[in-house]
Amino acid sequence: MEFYFEKVNTSLDKKIVADDMLLTKGIPTTAGSRMLDGYVSLFEAEVLTRLTNAGYGLCGKASVGELAIDLLGETSYKGACVDENGKILNPVAEIIKSGDAMAGICLDANGYVRRAAAQYGLVSVKPTYGTVSRFGMIPVACSGDCVSVMAESASACRDILDAMAGHDDKDGTSLPESKCALLKKSAPVVEIKRVAVITDMLCCDDTVNSAVNSLVAKLEADGIKVDRIENDLIKKSRNAWNILMSAELCNNVSRYDGVKYGYRSNNFTSIDELYTNSRTEAFGDFLKAAILFGSDTLSTENYMRVYDKALRVRRLICEEFGKLFKEYDAVLMPACSAMAYSIDAVRANKDMPYTENLYTAPASITGLPAVAFEGVQLICNYFNETSLLALCEKLEKEGK
Amino acid sequence: MRYETVIGLEVHCELATDSKIFCSCSAHSYGAEPNTHVCPACCGMPGMLPIVNKRVVDYGMKAGLMLNCHINRVTTFDKKSYYYPDLPSAYQTTQWFAPVAVNGLVEIETSEGKKGIRIKQIHMEEDAGKLVHDIREDTTHVDFNRTSVPLIEIVSQPDLSSAEEVEAYLERLKALLRYARVAECEMAHGTMRCDVNLSVRPEGSDKLGVRTEMKNMNSIEAIKRAIEYETARHIDAIENGTEVLVQETRRWDDIKGKSYAMRSKETAGDYRYFPDPNVMPVVIDDEWFDSIQASLPEFPEVKREKYTTELGLSDYDAEQIAKSIALCECFEDAYSVCGNAKDAANWMISEVMSNLNARQMTYDMLTLDGKALGELISLVSGNKVGRANAKKILNAMFDDAAVVPSKYAEENGFIISNDTGLMDKVIKTMVEADPKAVADYKGGKEKAIMAIYGKCMKELRGNCDPQMLRTKLIEYINSL
Ligand SMILES: [Zn+2]
Repeated sequence: MEFYFEKVNTSLDKKIVADDMLLTKGIPTTAGSRMLDGYVSLFEAEVLTRLTNAGYGLCGKASVGELAIDLLGETSYKGACVDENGKILNPVAEIIKSGDAMAGICLDANGYVRRAAAQYGLVSVKPTYGTVSRFGMIPVACSGDCVSVMAESASACRDILDAMAGHDDKDGTSLPESKCALLKKSAPVVEIKRVAVITDMLCCDDTVNSAVNSLVAKLEADGIKVDRIENDLIKKSRNAWNILMSAELCNNVSRYDGVKYGYRSNNFTSIDELYTNSRTEAFGDFLKAAILFGSDTLSTENYMRVYDKALRVRRLICEEFGKLFKEYDAVLMPACSAMAYSIDAVRANKDMPYTENLYTAPASITGLPAVAFEGVQLICNYFNETSLLALCEKLEKEGK
Repeated sequence: MRYETVIGLEVHCELATDSKIFCSCSAHSYGAEPNTHVCPACCGMPGMLPIVNKRVVDYGMKAGLMLNCHINRVTTFDKKSYYYPDLPSAYQTTQWFAPVAVNGLVEIETSEGKKGIRIKQIHMEEDAGKLVHDIREDTTHVDFNRTSVPLIEIVSQPDLSSAEEVEAYLERLKALLRYARVAECEMAHGTMRCDVNLSVRPEGSDKLGVRTEMKNMNSIEAIKRAIEYETARHIDAIENGTEVLVQETRRWDDIKGKSYAMRSKETAGDYRYFPDPNVMPVVIDDEWFDSIQASLPEFPEVKREKYTTELGLSDYDAEQIAKSIALCECFEDAYSVCGNAKDAANWMISEVMSNLNARQMTYDMLTLDGKALGELISLVSGNKVGRANAKKILNAMFDDAAVVPSKYAEENGFIISNDTGLMDKVIKTMVEADPKAVADYKGGKEKAIMAIYGKCMKELRGNCDPQMLRTKLIEYINSL
């Protein structure tokens, strides 16, 4: 089974793998879509430049699901990676587990990075929106797209975050350096003392529930106060995020027309047929469904009723988290509904990426930082991710 | 029955910024080779992000203030989706929800008198590329030089009612935007484009008729013809039932002198606007707003009024200079140095304008340092440099902005020396060389002396006080 999309030779010790959403110069970037088969960018992702300058060596590009909106990468045009029991495998996590790379640099558009880290016993951090440049990322849902790190340990995540966070003039939503500096290793760490578990989000299977319970026990043993609270607003993130993500995605992929680069159908007699047949042949079913849904949310008829409402829900959820962070240092919730997905279940229920993101949508829609590990994720206030990673590091040490 | 025409205009003006709206490519590619002013961003390649050119917002604000608009202090950019081969990202970044300027008023003057035209809004947006059809090869080429060149779209209320008013309105927009140095507004260059929304209704009715939108007029004359044609078509349809009017977009064919309904494919249905998440809302704070307000020029009519009443220029001279803000600024600077408005105006209208013409430059392209021109005028009026030599100096100033008149005059021997010994010597030589002219002069032909005068001036290379030369020459001849 090929987890790599492209392998690269590097002599450097600190090897990283990038998912195929990060543009690389001289190496193809496909976003997991036949539409970009053979596409080689003229420029490279800013994060890769920064990591190279910090002494990290790119050992390869990992396969990714089409436009990174699926569960774990199963919609890649190269085919799904599954084991002999039909369990879906994630290429980035597999490459890290194999020891080829110490970390993966990935685009978290719809939560796949957090799900993979949580299911593989790895650690991932999705930093505060705007602290890591999106320059050179294949755009999916620009208002939530976030370069994330997946690694063996929390300290590796901190090291990489330190190297890649920072203001970038090439990204208009990049925050000022003074804010980005809060993610550096030199920035002070706040001790996590109070954690809220949102009971409305605990609709997951026993394996994940017990992961949540065991983490709560560990936190309490460390003297952290854990409250189980009810909140029925946070879970509405999912529907709102599905609207925003699909609409932005639809807009972002409309540039792929088979004319300028990427895949072109051989079967056309007019320019309109060239567009239609290229897109029909190159896009996968799940992406097509997302395009149709996204396009519909933006129609004149639906805009106020659907898209604008989702924007208003986003604002309410941001405010809701703001209130929670007055009382708590972090919010704990599952990262996925189960510790493994079977390819058969996903094929039977094509909507799964739109339901399973119940857990990942809250941090995506708000741009809040999230750390995922062992079935769970912790979400904290903006710029506090290093505090979460410090807590995670402490738990790792206690576990050993 | 008598009818009135109701017209609203959508005018696109290319902003005169150096670079494009969201990348650092040059915005000036008029006449350039195709696809030489492009980068991954303006070619819509994935992974590039738009960075707002602050100068575009400056110009958008200036345009808004020149047209008496309210400026939205928080202005946002939105995505407008449509497929067209000249639009590489398949969306245009424009302003839909919070345009930079709203609710303006432009005053026009026609043979019917003065009238105010309300401006609905001005929004900033990026231009699309160009399709070049090659008939011989039966292919279409795409040129992205123009993609992401900044535009403003000025949307008027339906306050215009004739081709004459439309012409006056467009001329007024052009004058005001040029004065603010925001846009060239030259229809022939494509830096001003105009879509006409037109309907017809019985005179005095307060109900609007069926509205059609006309595109593809490339000159003010074509716009006037299109309005006249379309008005007649509407009236004919209403009175004679020749056709059923429908709300549609029509293309003007200026050669045939007719408008045609565009295929529905060319007029996109739903643009699916939504806020562009890659462009943060632009917040215009007081400091920024004030600096733009302070940089605005006076209106052309204010300049004219000031020049005639305060500086005593003739109506004609004031009119000529007020044609361009560049001429006004040069004139005002020259006047501030030389202190003589009439002199400064004469130099502007005769010498400066003819230098521009000789170089095939428009008035707006004038970059001459007005203060230096003032110095040159002072050298002439103070009898330090002869007029013919002063023209040579001005020519040199046009060729090289670094030329300092007094220094240049010295270096080239243009300073009038009051060396009377030399003057006497030259007069003596020239008079002796032309006894016939002397005889004619003495015989009563006063003009005969001018030939000798000219030769003396030439010999002295213009470096003498003309009055002194003349007096001395007459004295010498009379003494013979
Ligand atoms: Zn460019």
